[in-house]
Amino acid sequence: MSTLNGVSYGLLLFMLSAGLTLIFSMMGVLNFAHASFYMLGAYFAYQVSSWTNFWVAFVVAPLLVAVLGGLFERAVLRKTHRFGHVAELLVTFGLSFVILELVQLVWGRTAVDYRVPAALDGALFQLYNANFPTYRAFMMVVAIAMLLALFLVLRKTRIGLVIQAALTHPETTEALGHNVPRVFALVFAGGCALAALAGVIGGNAFITEPGMAQAVGAIIFVVVVVGGMGSLAGALIASLLIGLMQTFAIGLDWSFIGALKSVGVEVTPESFGYPLWKLKLSQVAPILPYLLLVVMLIVRPKGILGTRDD
Amino acid sequence: MTDSALRPLYFKPRNGVRIVVWSAFAALLLLLPLVARSSFAQTLLCATGIAAIACMSYNMLLGQAGMLSFGHAVYTGLATFVAVHAMNRVGAGWWLPMWAIPLVGGLAGLAFGVVIGYVTTRKAGTPFAMITLGVGELVFAGALMFPEFFGGESGVSANRTAGAGWLKDVGITFGPQLQVYYLIAIYLFLCSAAMYAFTLTPVGRIANAVRDNAERAEFVGYDTRWVRYLVVMASSFFAGIAGGLTAINVEVATADLLYSVRSGQYLLFTFLGGVGFFFGPLIGSVLLVFALVVLSELTKAWQLYVGIVFLIMVVYAPGGFAALLMLNLRRIKYGEWRKMRWPYAGMAFFGAIALWGFAAIVEMLYQAQDAAVTGSALSVAGIKLDSATVSSWVLAMAVLMVGAFGFEVWRRRFKRVWDDGEERIAEAIKKAEAAIV
Repeated sequence: MSTLNGVSYGLLLFMLSAGLTLIFSMMGVLNFAHASFYMLGAYFAYQVSSWTNFWVAFVVAPLLVAVLGGLFERAVLRKTHRFGHVAELLVTFGLSFVILELVQLVWGRTAVDYRVPAALDGALFQLYNANFPTYRAFMMVVAIAMLLALFLVLRKTRIGLVIQAALTHPETTEALGHNVPRVFALVFAGGCALAALAGVIGGNAFITEPGMAQAVGAIIFVVVVVGGMGSLAGALIASLLIGLMQTFAIGLDWSFIGALKSVGVEVTPESFGYPLWKLKLSQVAPILPYLLLVVMLIVRPKGILGTRDD
Repeated sequence: MTDSALRPLYFKPRNGVRIVVWSAFAALLLLLPLVARSSFAQTLLCATGIAAIACMSYNMLLGQAGMLSFGHAVYTGLATFVAVHAMNRVGAGWWLPMWAIPLVGGLAGLAFGVVIGYVTTRKAGTPFAMITLGVGELVFAGALMFPEFFGGESGVSANRTAGAGWLKDVGITFGPQLQVYYLIAIYLFLCSAAMYAFTLTPVGRIANAVRDNAERAEFVGYDTRWVRYLVVMASSFFAGIAGGLTAINVEVATADLLYSVRSGQYLLFTFLGGVGFFFGPLIGSVLLVFALVVLSELTKAWQLYVGIVFLIMVVYAPGGFAALLMLNLRRIKYGEWRKMRWPYAGMAFFGAIALWGFAAIVEMLYQAQDAAVTGSALSVAGIKLDSATVSSWVLAMAVLMVGAFGFEVWRRRFKRVWDDGEERIAEAIKKAEAAIV
């Protein structure tokens, strides 16, 4: 059960980090506002589905966010390109502030009532006396479909090949007559759309509120670094790893005391470092991804499948 | 041509300007409390002084070594916690004068810099930024797990008047805010002098080289990672001093000192102040305190305004306010400033109109959200509006459009005059150089 929950959470993380990785590997831009686009996706989906229904929102919300992302790239991000990557990162950092404030301005500071559609509500099957929600399965299907589509687009279509070429040799690709800046804008819009799609299906599975971007923002950066900067496959592995790790850890109350007891060492409140030893695994679950990041940087700085070591 | 052989011939006492500037800085710090007598003003001054040290230490990373950190609050915050615990030990009888607490904070910051920097400096550029963000989250989430040290939700408090020492005998107890201000001012002056000196050391210079072109610096034979590590350590020491002063100033340490939002604020305002000049972060710290204390009282949407200003600055003036100031000083020097008076006035006039329209819309949106509680009437800069009436919305939008249109017209004029002036200045500089040769 935890495995399935972990996988579905991991796949959601992957949908988020895929767009981020794509944008990063292509343009060298770390889109700090990526999680904000995820939040926008959820809010747009809430708004559109309140006017029509979930399925319209499922299509329309990512498209809207893609248009916004593309416009932002054209109007703002491109202008800072000449100032280098730090300036680009700063621009998206500023954007994340503005999006957060605009969301609060339009939808208020409290959570909105964005719900799972009735058709997908309820349990799909039972396993060890626990219900597995249909919606979780739906999330997994969408994420896997997106993964396949992304793979096919990048590998089999003409635009995908141009993207791959522009990824490694932008000047040559430009010399061959392709409009690389437009490809950049497309990639940025596409990455934002992926984030928004994750928002559409993640917003109602979890909660749609102004804090949601902050909640996943740091984790997806961890995914990208642990997976290896710019590696899609690495991002997939890292997302699943983190998804599984977090869902399992929440359910376990192991601690160092237990581990030490099994090897015959008794720890009492008087022993040195007791606050550390008494921590349960479920308590440290929120920091596990970051610990993984630190360990990874010490053991293998380039990430799981990373090729660059800068 | 060796530099050392020529130097005696070209000797000029450049330090003259420096002495004047630093003396003026010291005098300013000394005299400010005479102007700002109210306790609110003194609180603002204290907060600004601490923020100035923190922002300058942040600029060692960003401006000097090109390292964009999202986790600076880790150093200031952890140092505050250590300092608060040290203050409590002083109260329990340790021999340590209260004025040395910021140094304890500094050493704590340094120690954390040694540990955390070891991990974060393994990467440069964008990955460095992401890692600092991750480490920042790690420390913040970790702080909530150790209530024994971090005091949980309510934090740890201390008393700055504790302890003994000869200062006590002459009446300096750090009880009154004014005494705390002067302690902060002394630390601010010493720290800025030390940080300025750091920019002149070989390490500081190599940090610039690593910022500008890490590859070349590596080829020349410098270990860029080691340089980054050294800069992080130095920066975290000064950040720790700022943290220690915070402990004395507010006498309490809570976990939100470590929060990533605070790190973001250091980044944001250091950048707004200007990373290219040593005094840029000083401007940034004034803006920081202004935004956090004054602006946030005026409007709920203050982060929106700050965010938009930040976006505009990154795109159009990446040097921050310090660079804008220096560019205008250059204009004055070359006698080009007079022509820009009208474009500036026009832009300011229409900019203010557009700002009013925009602010009116934003404030009315917020007012409409809370209309059930606080009513729909509000006033923006003295003009009464009502978020429930159509006329208010039409008025705000019309004003915004008129302002934006006028601003754009004057902006184009400004750009013409500005570019024209730039050309002439470039020519003048070329001529001056030719005259020397």
